Amino acid sequence: MCLAIPGKIVELDATSANQAVVDVVGVRRKVDLGLLQDESIQPGDWVLIHVGFAMSKISEADAAEQMRILAILGESEAAMQEVRGYGLEDEKHLNRQQGSGP
Amino acid sequence: MKYVDEFRAPELIAKAGEEIRRLADPARHYRIMEVCGGHTHAIYRFGLKDLLPSNVELIHGPGCPVCVLPMGRIDDGLSLTAKPDFIFAAFGDMMRVPGTHGSPLEYKARGMDVRIVYSPSDALKLARLNPDKHVMFFAIGFETTAPSTALTILRAKLEGLHNFSVFCNHVTIIPAIRAILDSPDMRLDGFVGPGHVSTVIGCRPYEWIAKDEGKPVVVSGFEPLDILQSIVMLLRQLRDGVATVENQYKRVVPWDGNRAALRAMAEVFELRSYFEWRGLGFISQSALKIRSVYAEWDAEQRFVVPGVRVTDPKAAQCGEVLKGVLKPSQCKLFGRECTPETPVGALMVSSEGSCAAQYNYQHHRPVSIANAVAL
Repeated sequence: MCLAIPGKIVELDATSANQAVVDVVGVRRKVDLGLLQDESIQPGDWVLIHVGFAMSKISEADAAEQMRILAILGESEAAMQEVRGYGLEDEKHLNRQQGSGP
Repeated sequence: MKYVDEFRAPELIAKAGEEIRRLADPARHYRIMEVCGGHTHAIYRFGLKDLLPSNVELIHGPGCPVCVLPMGRIDDGLSLTAKPDFIFAAFGDMMRVPGTHGSPLEYKARGMDVRIVYSPSDALKLARLNPDKHVMFFAIGFETTAPSTALTILRAKLEGLHNFSVFCNHVTIIPAIRAILDSPDMRLDGFVGPGHVSTVIGCRPYEWIAKDEGKPVVVSGFEPLDILQSIVMLLRQLRDGVATVENQYKRVVPWDGNRAALRAMAEVFELRSYFEWRGLGFISQSALKIRSVYAEWDAEQRFVVPGVRVTDPKAAQCGEVLKGVLKPSQCKLFGRECTPETPVGALMVSSEGSCAAQYNYQHHRPVSIANAVAL
């Protein structure tokens, strides 16, 4: 629940001020920047992500340390699963479940 | 000490351990509460208790959102899955939490449309993808998570998306700390303050604990060294007879919190006059509800919710454990009827719950041995 996942801003969304693509250990997903609207966020910045929203800007060293701590806590798997789940990139999978889909 | 070699800077950790032993007055017994479930998990995972002298005791606090949610709320939320064309979306943490008639996962097995989402904005996306259905996001979490839910509701309004709602169970940490301090059977000397909640609310909301209650608070990071340093900082204050709020986690937590997040919360939510916490009972102004301006996106205002109340199983002593009166292993059900595979109480469900944390890291051994080594 309290997972805070470090990611690097790769690209800001040209069409939406609130979206950016982040890279989390090679996995790229969209996250929401709405909670950092008071800060200037640029590609190359590192952020802590919680439930799909970037919640604070951190240093690269702290990002590496945070990833290590998730690994030692045995939560890096859960963190990566969470990141892969963002944006329902796997929409087909989600919509394939019983009782759903058009 | 078996996990020490995995730590960053083991020599600093050893030093922090020495400093704690030096600062701890042998004539005193210190009871320090770590409020956050993430800290509880880390403390067990790293075996940090092994580094502390026996008179420095860590008490596990209420900061696990899954654990403090009363079963009636789960029943209420799941009751809506009986509606036609209804999708119940929640974080993975919620899926195995038992309700009276089963967990969300069991509802799914019975054919209800239950989905795991990793972000509230993904629940919103589900609503976009399923315009002929209603998507309800079952929201849980402290102030770490509440701003994301708030922004998602604001987005739903902006988009004019009407087949989406939130069943709001967001809670706030400060009233829970107050309830624990007011509890007559509690005696605490200080608090390791939550890290990620404080990213949002900052450090000021803890000042009353120091000023009015005379208890030091140190907002802490999650590394072993962070937690030990925070204990050092607390013991220094206790030695000097002072009580202030200190921020050990400055690299992530700004003193004033995240203003954008606080704005989003204030826009969408207001305080409930009271809310029931598992184990702690009813606490006034301890949870958030959706303002009536956003009633359309509030499942409780939009639908008829039964308002179920369920008392915890009598044999389970979740309340005492949650308040730190009992250690997890002192509960009669711990490790017997109640295990992470078949949880009776919610503290066994989440990895941040103190019972699951203790079970997973200390309780692979037979009960008698684990009890014998319990600190």
